Amino acid sequence: MTEPSEHLFRHEAGRIVSALTRIFGVHNLALAEDVVQDAFCRALEVWKFRGVPESPAAWLMTTAKNRALDVLRRERTARTFAPELGRWIESEWTLAPRVEELFAAPAIRDDLLRMMFSCCHPRLREEAQVALILNILCGFSVDEVGNAFVSSHAAIEKRISRAKKELAASKKLFDVTAAAEFSARLPAVQRALYLLFNEGYHGASTESAVRGELCQEAMRLATLLLEHPLGATPATHALAALMCLDAARLPARVDAAGHLNSLLEQDRSQWDQELVVKGLRLLDLSATGSALTEYHVEAAIASIHARALSVEDTDWENIVSLYDTLMAIRPSPVIALNRAIAIGERSGPQYGLGAIRAITNPERLARYPFYFAALGKFELESAKYEDAREHFMAALALARNPMERHFLEQRISACEL
Amino acid sequence: MSEYVFLYRGGETGRSPERIQQSMQKWMAWFKELGQNGHIKDQGQPLERTGKVVKGHQKTVTDGPFAEVKDIVGGHTLIEARDLEQAVELSKGCPILEVEGGVEVRPVMKLNM
Repeated sequence: MTEPSEHLFRHEAGRIVSALTRIFGVHNLALAEDVVQDAFCRALEVWKFRGVPESPAAWLMTTAKNRALDVLRRERTARTFAPELGRWIESEWTLAPRVEELFAAPAIRDDLLRMMFSCCHPRLREEAQVALILNILCGFSVDEVGNAFVSSHAAIEKRISRAKKELAASKKLFDVTAAAEFSARLPAVQRALYLLFNEGYHGASTESAVRGELCQEAMRLATLLLEHPLGATPATHALAALMCLDAARLPARVDAAGHLNSLLEQDRSQWDQELVVKGLRLLDLSATGSALTEYHVEAAIASIHARALSVEDTDWENIVSLYDTLMAIRPSPVIALNRAIAIGERSGPQYGLGAIRAITNPERLARYPFYFAALGKFELESAKYEDAREHFMAALALARNPMERHFLEQRISACEL
Repeated sequence: MSEYVFLYRGGETGRSPERIQQSMQKWMAWFKELGQNGHIKDQGQPLERTGKVVKGHQKTVTDGPFAEVKDIVGGHTLIEARDLEQAVELSKGCPILEVEGGVEVRPVMKLNM
């Protein structure tokens, strides 16, 4: 008896909803979701008694397709479906072959991209775009999205249902064959995938499994983007490189006991070398054309860490100058903080403290625990135990989960010596 | 050894893809364990939730469903167990109990008295 691959249902949900939405029309998104739910419940009932079929993904797709045909036949007069169906829907002779065509493998790959771009509609805020991608393309339920964002069910439900209303109101799905529009929307899509990845990497969720999944989903969708000729730009390569190089550190970032380790204290032998190699190769591929994006710079920084055998072996000089570039392209208080930390590593704790104090709008970091943690670290390295302790206490008060709390408590006890 | 029929009622609606997959894996693991311990006589079949009901002299045919969703039988399995007590014990491992469903354990009547 075969075992279905990990997350098979979740991944297929994204593919099937995308395909069905193309057939039903974006205004019938809810109907598409119902059909998927139905097909999945059927799979559960049948498979548990008879075992998982030879190709489970194809089974799910076929079941959904047959359901879709039922719906189209039953409601062809009551509802308006997508213009793609056009007059094909009017006759049984043309309906089934047309639906068959729309369910062919290459069509479905495009459907996923079409949905991904549709989710990044400019009228939607970035966090709504990410929530929508997780819900529709990654098959996360409202609760699972809420869990990933450490947000309440009600808040996420509101965010997703509003976003879906916007999507439905847009009347049609994004046209991935229009080159100019594709290129215009691409940066928003890259940004959403970047945010999705970061939510997994730095987010507040305490479950390392959830965080790993968010990173994997972002990487899966980035790969999809790379497979499309218009999507495979240098920036997309850089984004994918960044994801691989950062994800390579995940196994060491949270250790077996569930404790957070900073980059400086990680056991580098646990870094995923396969991902490092893949990331470096993608970074090479990103080095074409003239555009230098924040993804290029962040991937370059990650590649320096990935190549360094130890903290001492790290080329901090180069990292500081890359942070300077990043501040020029996309300034933010968090990037300014990371730059200050790199300066401290390069030149010593006093310089680190100076750079942190020189951050222009520190009030935007007032709720960020790692701002105070960085101050504490450099004070500790300067043997100012009392000051260090105070900063770590301030950080502890802002910690978002037990993992961060444990991390900071350890630092506080280091100040007692 | 005696035979018992497990009737699975209710459970499983409106769940996320990931939960559906987890649920399926639990069912498969449960059946596997029952099978390895020699308790499965016939794994049985899943049943559609709707159908027809035929009744009385008039042979009136009506549409299902016939009960509330939580009571509808969704499948059955033929089990072998020492006694009713053991059959009940076995049914307690059924994943349907985690999703507010139930297992009805019914002894098959014995022919030889």
